[in-house]
Amino acid sequence: MTCCGQPEVTATSRHYVDRLFDPDPQKVLQGVIDMKNAVIGNNKQKANLIVLGAVPRLLYLLQQSSSSDMLRTECAVVLGSLAMGTENNIKSLVDCHIIPALLQGLLSPNVSFIEACLRCLRTVFISPVTPVQLLYSDLTVIPHFICLLSQSLHTQEYITQIFSHCCKTPDHQTVLFNHGAIQNIAPLLNSSSPKVRMQALKCFSVLAYENTQVSMTLVNVLVDGEPLTQVFVRMMQRDKPIEMQLTAAKCLTYMCRAGAIRTDDSSIVLKTLPCLVRMCSKDRLLEERVEGAETLAFLVEPDVDLQRIASVTDHLLAMLADYFKYPSSVSTIADIKRVSWAEITEHLIYAPSRLNNKSFSVQLDHDLKHAHELRQAAFRLYASLGSNDEDIRKKITETENMMDRIVSGLSESSIKVRLAAVRCLHSLSRSVQQLRTSFHDHAVWKPLMKLLQNAPDEVLIMASSTLCNLLLEFSPSKEPILESGVIELLCSLTQSDSPALRVNGIWALMNMAFQADQKVKMEIVRSLGTDHLFRLLSDPDPNVLMKTLGLLRNLLSTRPHIDQLMGSHGKQIMQAVTLILEGEHSIEVKDQTLCILANIADGNTAKELIMTNDDMLQKIKYYMGHSHVKLQLAATFCISNLIWNEEDGSQERQDKLREMGFVDILHKLSQATDPNLCDRAKTAMQQYLA
Amino acid sequence: MAFALGAGSPLLGDPALNYQEHELNERLKRLYPAVNEEETPLPRSWSPKDKYSYIGLSQNNLRVHYKGHGKNHKDAASVRATHPIPAACGIYYFEVKIVSKGRDGYMGIGLSAQGVNMNRLPGWDKHSYGYHGDDGHSFCSSGTGQPYGPTFTTGDVIGCCVNLINNTCFYTKNGHSLGVAFTDLPPNLYPTVGLQTPGEIVDANFGQQPFVFDIEDYMSEWRAKIHSMIARFPIGERLGEWQAVLQNMVSSYLVHHGYCATATAFARATETIIQEDPNSIKNRQRIQKLVLAGRVGEAIDATQQLYPGLLEHNPNLLFMLKCRQFVEMVNGTDSEVRCFSVRSPKSQDSYPGSPSPSPRHGANNPHLHSTGADSPTCSNGVTPPNKTKTHSKYPSISSASSSSSSSPSSVNYSESNSTDSTKSQPHSGTSNQETRCVTICRLTRPSTWCVSTACHFTTVKLSVPCVFCSDSEMEIEAEHYSNGVAENSSSRIMNGTYKHQEILQVDDNSLVESCASKQFCGGNQAATERMIQFGRELQALNEQLCRQYGKNTMHKKMLQDAFSLLAYSDPWDCPMGQQLDPMQRESICSALNSAILESQNLPKQPPLMLALGQATECVQLMARVRSGSCSFARVDNFLH
Repeated sequence: MTCCGQPEVTATSRHYVDRLFDPDPQKVLQGVIDMKNAVIGNNKQKANLIVLGAVPRLLYLLQQSSSSDMLRTECAVVLGSLAMGTENNIKSLVDCHIIPALLQGLLSPNVSFIEACLRCLRTVFISPVTPVQLLYSDLTVIPHFICLLSQSLHTQEYITQIFSHCCKTPDHQTVLFNHGAIQNIAPLLNSSSPKVRMQALKCFSVLAYENTQVSMTLVNVLVDGEPLTQVFVRMMQRDKPIEMQLTAAKCLTYMCRAGAIRTDDSSIVLKTLPCLVRMCSKDRLLEERVEGAETLAFLVEPDVDLQRIASVTDHLLAMLADYFKYPSSVSTIADIKRVSWAEITEHLIYAPSRLNNKSFSVQLDHDLKHAHELRQAAFRLYASLGSNDEDIRKKITETENMMDRIVSGLSESSIKVRLAAVRCLHSLSRSVQQLRTSFHDHAVWKPLMKLLQNAPDEVLIMASSTLCNLLLEFSPSKEPILESGVIELLCSLTQSDSPALRVNGIWALMNMAFQADQKVKMEIVRSLGTDHLFRLLSDPDPNVLMKTLGLLRNLLSTRPHIDQLMGSHGKQIMQAVTLILEGEHSIEVKDQTLCILANIADGNTAKELIMTNDDMLQKIKYYMGHSHVKLQLAATFCISNLIWNEEDGSQERQDKLREMGFVDILHKLSQATDPNLCDRAKTAMQQYLA
Repeated sequence: MAFALGAGSPLLGDPALNYQEHELNERLKRLYPAVNEEETPLPRSWSPKDKYSYIGLSQNNLRVHYKGHGKNHKDAASVRATHPIPAACGIYYFEVKIVSKGRDGYMGIGLSAQGVNMNRLPGWDKHSYGYHGDDGHSFCSSGTGQPYGPTFTTGDVIGCCVNLINNTCFYTKNGHSLGVAFTDLPPNLYPTVGLQTPGEIVDANFGQQPFVFDIEDYMSEWRAKIHSMIARFPIGERLGEWQAVLQNMVSSYLVHHGYCATATAFARATETIIQEDPNSIKNRQRIQKLVLAGRVGEAIDATQQLYPGLLEHNPNLLFMLKCRQFVEMVNGTDSEVRCFSVRSPKSQDSYPGSPSPSPRHGANNPHLHSTGADSPTCSNGVTPPNKTKTHSKYPSISSASSSSSSSPSSVNYSESNSTDSTKSQPHSGTSNQETRCVTICRLTRPSTWCVSTACHFTTVKLSVPCVFCSDSEMEIEAEHYSNGVAENSSSRIMNGTYKHQEILQVDDNSLVESCASKQFCGGNQAATERMIQFGRELQALNEQLCRQYGKNTMHKKMLQDAFSLLAYSDPWDCPMGQQLDPMQRESICSALNSAILESQNLPKQPPLMLALGQATECVQLMARVRSGSCSFARVDNFLH
């Protein structure tokens, strides 16, 4: 405990506690009232009283049915006052089981006692050190809270505040939803008390967050005959308090993302979006700017029209660039004046942890935290804005020092910033133009590769996904990345437990193998190991399967490569192909597999692996008659490759396939309605005629 | 009168146009309430005189099309609006819809000062600013643009907002703000558009239609900003002094209007001293009540008795009082005619509650009226009697007899003060039917009504719960043409105080009496004769004054107006009838009160009203020196 080491636990403090044990109830009451007056605003006194064991006694008096309502209320008030102190105070109170005692107190018929209990509970629950679960462990608590909402403005304020702080998971949302929180809190949005209005609004923002059920319900709620969405829109008016505007915008954003409001609804396009852009302005507080940008990023993420509108609203892109200018040089210098520069740098470099004990560190930490928050929010919003539209991406990269900022963001100490920076990079990497220009100029692959070495999965997923784009054949970064020994790294990703990482790993390898030279391809096969490669073909994630097939297809291109690979691994590959064609797979997977087969049929020696496999030929025949044109096309392509004239042994193959009835099928297909299929079949037929 | 308006108004020529005109006026008034259009008219269309020859105008000078060759930038052409943007707008906004981008879409939307070359696009020259559609660049008095926003083309609506508080400008596209384009703008800029290639057509919206962008929301933000700036204005160490000043203001206001008991209670609570002798206050209060009750003759007597020499030194005031006395005789309220009535007042001391207890602060500045400025002006408490139109008597039919007030509180007031309702009853007997006609007529011709009156009076709307319900049930709906909102507010402020004093003194007899009938002088023959005689005396007094002080046109007019009442069989329902409205007593009452105070070497206006008047003047001065924040610092915003 903080105060244990303090020299004086004063006599007066002890006197206050002693009076709680007086046999005369009247004197006890006076003692509690005096204690109340003594602790207000006096953290030292609060700590002293806690150490001296005032809390259990107060709780005892509070719970005692023999205590007068007045005494019980005053006890709750003192406890509430103690909770207003430091986090350590809260911890001590929670350790003394204050929560169940206060919850029990809520059953009293006395409103002022209930209010005092709720006020104390509120203070305890909004502290980050209190486990939220304590509110939900007793199933009767939430319904009782909902009942108490009708008692007074104070109960409304405290209860809604508790809800908005303690609704942290989908489970919590469901519990509150099931107990009718929405219907009971909605009328409070028109409360006469501004505090109640604000807390009720906050409740809706936490209830609706990523919750379809709640969001869908909210659109149909009326408050005094007015739809809830309109109430939220009204709360975003520009003369309303900023906190109210921001929270109302959050509510509408969450409802929109849950599909309850269309993205082209005027409440979103003309109200919520502009409101959130305003929150990013320099005039707003740092916290508001962070939340504004994060919420806006969330809102526009899935919709290119919203991205386009946001990108031209109030110079948003330039406004976000200011997020990187904090702490400004002025404020940093002002903060640091108190201590010598040398001292700071020494500490920062050699023992950052020791800074915690320094007086200046609080402010510095605060600044750094805000700086991190601002940067990651900006990166996230840039990432959302640039996720679809090429023009916006171009504008983002043209924003002052943008690429430099991303590059340095990739190697920041804060994981949050690194993640956001790599998201942003990923978003921009979807642009062919940027890959060719700014990405190459700033050698973004270097920090990206570094990031991939050792990072949490979240970051790895984004980074590897970005790497996939950097490995596209037209990307100038492909070469240097290859030379940096990326193959091993990617192969290790394919062994990850995370499906997303496996996909990204194999995807990157697929891109890398596209039109690569023989050496690279052999390196991939060697590094990946054929066993693992074929294991990936039976991966439970269809995406992994698709990309692995894609990799095989890329490996099996150009005739010498096909022959060589089929020469060394032909048997396994044919087995894998058979397995997939026989298995239950999507059209895409089968199509990709047939394309691999077509590639094999293009090899010189590899052809024979098919020609000698009657079972496989029957399969091709089957797919030529499949109901899906795409598969017919791929199968026909395969046959076409097998019977191609100018190659050795074409005559024998043609004869064999004619015997098997392929010519008839081709004939039939040449009458097909699909022009591509028809063309393909005719071309194949011509091989026989020549 | 209402019928005449409905039937033969020339304004009804083109209903659609008329409606748009009405919409425009309404919207401009709502957006820019601080603008005095007599001094600084708002832009309403493009100017046919201030344009390059390659520009063609149509559709009431709102549509602009290009009619030049459009070969190169030398063929650019611009047009300015008819008027510059007044600073008193605070925040000004207009929109331009691109009807067609023409050949190349080289369109510029923006602002320019008078005299800037029109053979150019806005933004290219000094004191010219523009946002161009082809490249989305902003041009700030320069031939080279800066990247600013997206390009714009056919179908887009571009808005231009000038913030005259911080002298910046931003544009909007299809309702989305594009961010600040220009800063440090000079004053007196005109809305301007420029076109450069054939086929380009744009339509302006200066308020004719609702705007795509929510400009009122933006304004509300600035209003809140300015208000919080005012609220947080530091008064520093003068805090104590400040409070004393405020207390003094309240106290002197109460004393001025003779709220004796309230003033005493206030002085006790705040431990301040009242300068005037309590008896003197009570005397003034008594005289005021007499005037407000229509018993002007008694008021004159009381004044002469209590303040000898006062009226002799103010012959104009005496004449005004006598004129009013004559009118009240017609009304049947003055004691000289009442004494002929069988039921005479029981007691001399009882004064029936006045119909409109609170002092009215008539505006003396004619242009204030005409622009609908609704701030109280207090340098002269006299309201010119003919300012209020005939319609103003209809509201008095309702139970709320302080007819300028639209707030529920005033209705409550008159309910509790029964004298009030009866006071107004004489009207209701005959007017119910008519009012209904007026109502119907008004509903069918709303635009006519408003257009004809809007330029003179602020309209205060009451709800229209039921127009066609039975006579007895009929709730009055009315647009009151009062002198302004401030009056309403102040009457509401005072209602509470006054009520308590008045209720105690209600004279039941006068109740019965006043509703006796609605005939000349209460229908009494002897009274009528007395009235005629009094009229002669009045005429004589006028002639005497003429001889003594020379001709006085105001006196002549007053006399004419008063006498003309006799020309009608039903004076209450005639063009001059509004003179009989009890409300008309207020101005003369306040003039008399001021004269008494002046004679006692006390200020003739309460400092509170002086301060209000000064603040109002200051705000108007701000508009003249182009301080845009005046738009959101209006005095009436702070009178609740």
